[in-house]
Amino acid sequence: MDTVIDVLLLAFLAICAVSILRLRDLFAMAMMFGLFSLISAGLFTTMHAPDVAFTEAAVGAGISTILILATLAQTARREQPVPTRSKWLPLAIVCVTGAALIYGTVDLPAFGDPAAPAHNHVAPYYLQESYNDIGIPNVVASILASYRGYDTLGEVVVVFSAVIGVLALLGLRARPPGIVAGPVRRLDHRAVLKVIAKLVVPVILLFALYVQFHGEYSPGGGFQAGVIFAAAIILYALVFGLDEARRVIKPQLLQRLPAIGVLIFGGVGLLTMLLGGNYLAYNALGENPQKAQQTGIILVEIGVGVTVASVMLLIYFTFAERGRGRKADEGDGGSSA
Amino acid sequence: MALALDILSWFLILVGGAFGIIGGIGLLRLPDFFSRIHAASITDSMCAPCIIGGLMLQSGLTLVTVKLAFLIVFLFLTSPTASHALAKAALHGGLDPGEEHPSARTRQAQGDAAREGAQG
Amino acid sequence: MIIAAILAIMVTMALAVTRALLGNTVYDRILAVNVFGTKTVLLIAALAFLTGRPDVLDIALAYALINFIGVVAVLRYFEYGGPDGDGS
Repeated sequence: MDTVIDVLLLAFLAICAVSILRLRDLFAMAMMFGLFSLISAGLFTTMHAPDVAFTEAAVGAGISTILILATLAQTARREQPVPTRSKWLPLAIVCVTGAALIYGTVDLPAFGDPAAPAHNHVAPYYLQESYNDIGIPNVVASILASYRGYDTLGEVVVVFSAVIGVLALLGLRARPPGIVAGPVRRLDHRAVLKVIAKLVVPVILLFALYVQFHGEYSPGGGFQAGVIFAAAIILYALVFGLDEARRVIKPQLLQRLPAIGVLIFGGVGLLTMLLGGNYLAYNALGENPQKAQQTGIILVEIGVGVTVASVMLLIYFTFAERGRGRKADEGDGGSSA
Repeated sequence: MALALDILSWFLILVGGAFGIIGGIGLLRLPDFFSRIHAASITDSMCAPCIIGGLMLQSGLTLVTVKLAFLIVFLFLTSPTASHALAKAALHGGLDPGEEHPSARTRQAQGDAAREGAQG
Repeated sequence: MIIAAILAIMVTMALAVTRALLGNTVYDRILAVNVFGTKTVLLIAALAFLTGRPDVLDIALAYALINFIGVVAVLRYFEYGGPDGDGS
């Protein structure tokens, strides 16, 4: 039964990938990208990797699609066909490289082989000792936040650098020039969407908090919670307009939040050093080692969540701001019709 | 009692699956966008609560049931809203709904009035 | 029984993918992806029961939220720079 589901999902994936290559309409291609991420999330679930499936569903099918669409709003709708002189040389190179890669995979251990080196050194220790050392059921959270805390710190810094890159290239203006506050509008034709959005946004925010704090017991954690939190605010921005969303979260505050998140994470490490342990050795945080580890993990995950949420929001606001700026001479710029 | 719940849950899951397949066939075979959205959104909004209701009966009174109930409420609220927004966007985007739609009648009346005004 | 549900859901997903690939207009594709999204939520919920891991339900919940937000985003894009490009 598992095989059947796997085969079907992989077939969908292949069809989706081929269609992404063949489509010239970029908008349809963006939708197919969302579909691709959905199918991948389903595959991860059948592979018993719920944390990865969670992140893939939230980031790939949600935020990525929104950002691709925001980019498409500023560029063309159809792809220009690229004239190529000869197709044979690229085809030969691709075939040779592919053959070399496949030849390399022959030496890899079988999928899920218990005797594989990846399953034999540190992994059994983590799996067996995680509950004794840390006391939380979700082994992924304990590995991410505690055993491999340095790697996670690196990931958070990478996300932070990405947003610095985006801000350096595009910039987020404090006050969009030439756009004054629009006239008060009567209830318009988007009433249904506005009512439902008002009902749904608080629920999504609560769910994000649940995922953040319950991440030690069930699939979840800082990354996923941050993405869902950003998605809620993006929904608000989509339905009510970018100006309203900027009033909810002021850009000045938003620009400081990624740094604050990274500082929280790094600061926990400094705290443990000041208390006598190594960097990010949570045992120094308290008397009972399990409680100390859990405290450290909660603090660190909060840092991750804050950084991820603010980074996603900043990137969205930056892209949407650029899209609006092009229509600045039309008055309100069509931000909330 | 357990057998009755089991049978009811079987029934709900099968009905939900049937609704889903009917909606999928409608999505593929109907000729026009508006008829397709009619088929897909109605059967979608029915299929999800049926299947999830069947799963709820399987799991008894636990936290899982509460989460599934939450999922039903959420899908019930947002799935019709998304279809409504999609249909509205298609209408405003210029897709022609066909002769029967009231807005088509208004447009036709406006066209007639304009022609009469031009002649008079 | 859950296997029957999963098979039914996958058949519907295949039909939706076909419509997404064929799609006469872009709205057809958006509709097909929306249907596919809802079916993915149902598939993950059914898989949670099949594999006996009810904590996977959180993914289904999150995905239902994300699906809604995705469709609203697509429609919003369409209002800005739709096929006419005038953002009407």
